[in-house]
Amino acid sequence: METQSLTAKNIHVHYGEKEAIKGVSLDFAPREVTALIGPSGCGKSTFLRSLNRMNDTIDNARVTGEIWIDGENINEPGVDVVLLRQKIGMVWQRPNPFHKSIYENIAFGPRYHGIKNKKQLDHIVEDCLRKAALWDETKDRLHNSALALSGGQQQRLCIARSIAVKPKVILMDEPASALDPVSTAKVEELISELKQDYTIVIVTHNMHQAARVSDKTAFFYMGKVVEYDRTEKIFTNPSEKATDDYISGRFG
Amino acid sequence: MSAKTADRIATGVIYAVSALIVVILAGLLGYIIFRGIGHISWHFLTSAPQTIKAGGGIGPQLFNSLFLLVLTLIITIPLGLGAGIYMSEYAKAGRLTDTIRLIVEVLSSFPSIVIGLFGLLVIVNLFGLGFSLFSGALALTVFNLPLMVRITEQALRGVPREQKEASLALGLSRWKTITSVMLPIATPAIVTGTILAAGRVFGEAAALLFTAGMSSPRLDFTNWNPLDERSPLNPFRPAETLAVHIWKINSEGLAPDASQIAAGASAVLIIMVLVFNFGARWFGRYLHRKFTATK
Ligand SMILES: Nc1ncnc2c1ncn2[C@@H]1O[C@H](COP(=O)(O)OP(=O)(O)OP(=O)(O)O)[C@@H](O)[C@H]1O
Ligand SMILES: [Mg+2]
Repeated sequence: METQSLTAKNIHVHYGEKEAIKGVSLDFAPREVTALIGPSGCGKSTFLRSLNRMNDTIDNARVTGEIWIDGENINEPGVDVVLLRQKIGMVWQRPNPFHKSIYENIAFGPRYHGIKNKKQLDHIVEDCLRKAALWDETKDRLHNSALALSGGQQQRLCIARSIAVKPKVILMDEPASALDPVSTAKVEELISELKQDYTIVIVTHNMHQAARVSDKTAFFYMGKVVEYDRTEKIFTNPSEKATDDYISGRFG
Repeated sequence: MSAKTADRIATGVIYAVSALIVVILAGLLGYIIFRGIGHISWHFLTSAPQTIKAGGGIGPQLFNSLFLLVLTLIITIPLGLGAGIYMSEYAKAGRLTDTIRLIVEVLSSFPSIVIGLFGLLVIVNLFGLGFSLFSGALALTVFNLPLMVRITEQALRGVPREQKEASLALGLSRWKTITSVMLPIATPAIVTGTILAAGRVFGEAAALLFTAGMSSPRLDFTNWNPLDERSPLNPFRPAETLAVHIWKINSEGLAPDASQIAAGASAVLIIMVLVFNFGARWFGRYLHRKFTATK
């Protein structure tokens, strides 16, 4: 069996006194999509954001536990947070392209990480836009503002931006919930494509989406993982009653 | 009384009060400009004042005001940006930052005459800088710097959180995130705020009476060596600004046309302050379009 590319062990997250994540351990396998589902406020975003230490930026948040990537526990005080975030890409619910050109949105990260050669950058930009199925729509206006793109295009640009720095893992927090059905379908298609190269963790409220795109599903409830299994199993024959209630819409 | 009537009455009162304020403001501006505009000419704007003869101008005073503004901004912009970035991005919430913020607020609302006297005691006498542009700039710094800190801090806080996180998530350092992602978004607000604050500095008189002084040496506008006594660019010479000049000729002017000069100078001052205000808005919008690259 292949080694896990990302492993969380006994994660607790506190916001001040309040415990939002109460001991979660999950393994994310390489080249698989894992969906995190659960009712609003159960801690999906909080958990996701602790995986790339994004909760560091919140003043009163405290994360304990171990997060292993590449044989290194990244939730230790001495770890270079800046370097590690390059290994873990992130996509947000609302598309948040930089207030820069389409080209710059993608080239910005790689250039900072040392690629200065114009040809090489051009190549990265084209490559990432192609992977995000955005090249044909944008190749004639690479130097126009990214803010002029539609919401769905912006979101695909954000995905392209995150793969430009060659991460191993991509975290997505409800990446399609602000999009129309056509854009949603495109983003889902894109996730299935990207799966061949990346480990993907996606938070979603859309059960059909979870069923369509993910290989494994974790059901979160009140800061804990109630059940974690293959997606078919979760959606056809869950072991826990709470999971069954949730996916069949009886609560949450 | 129904909710609808109450709403109508409240709206009516608000409109009336707003209209009153606009009328007063417009009347004031109109009066000052109308009274002074006739006296403004190229000669008036560029020539030196006369003590007892008619026909004096405000050239050196206008220059002094602008130069003092530039000196003040040279001191306060870098410090204000640095402190604002620190307060918004690095300082941890806690008692210390709360105290700093409180001091900043208090300083920026200090009566300017108090700052003028403080400047006289500390900057002019204790530090021995004498009546000089530099002393004046330091006194203006006392209330301009807090404004700059607050402007920068608020502008950075106004940057959407997701923008900052997106940059950090790409593995960029905090500093690079601030300079390349956050500051470009915050710049229009910072520039607008800075120009508005500059308007206040430009019109300031009380803080300068005892720091920059009430006299100007004979300036030689062909001598641009900043170390020379008579050079306009020498920051260690005394310098009467436009606002101080208005105050002086109003209270002790001997020239027969003193009141016209005061009126003309007031109009110039008001027009400059208006230019700052409208310029700030226009320039802020221009930068916003430029930096966000929206067409
Ligand atoms: N910055 C914060 N400070 C304090 N409490 C927070 C903060 N962010 C989240 N919480 C709390 O932590 C709990 C988990 O929130 P989280 O955003 O992770 O839920 P979620 O599962 O992502 O919900 P949703 O599906 O609505 O996005 C909630 O009770 C929330 O109120
Ligand atoms: Mg969430």
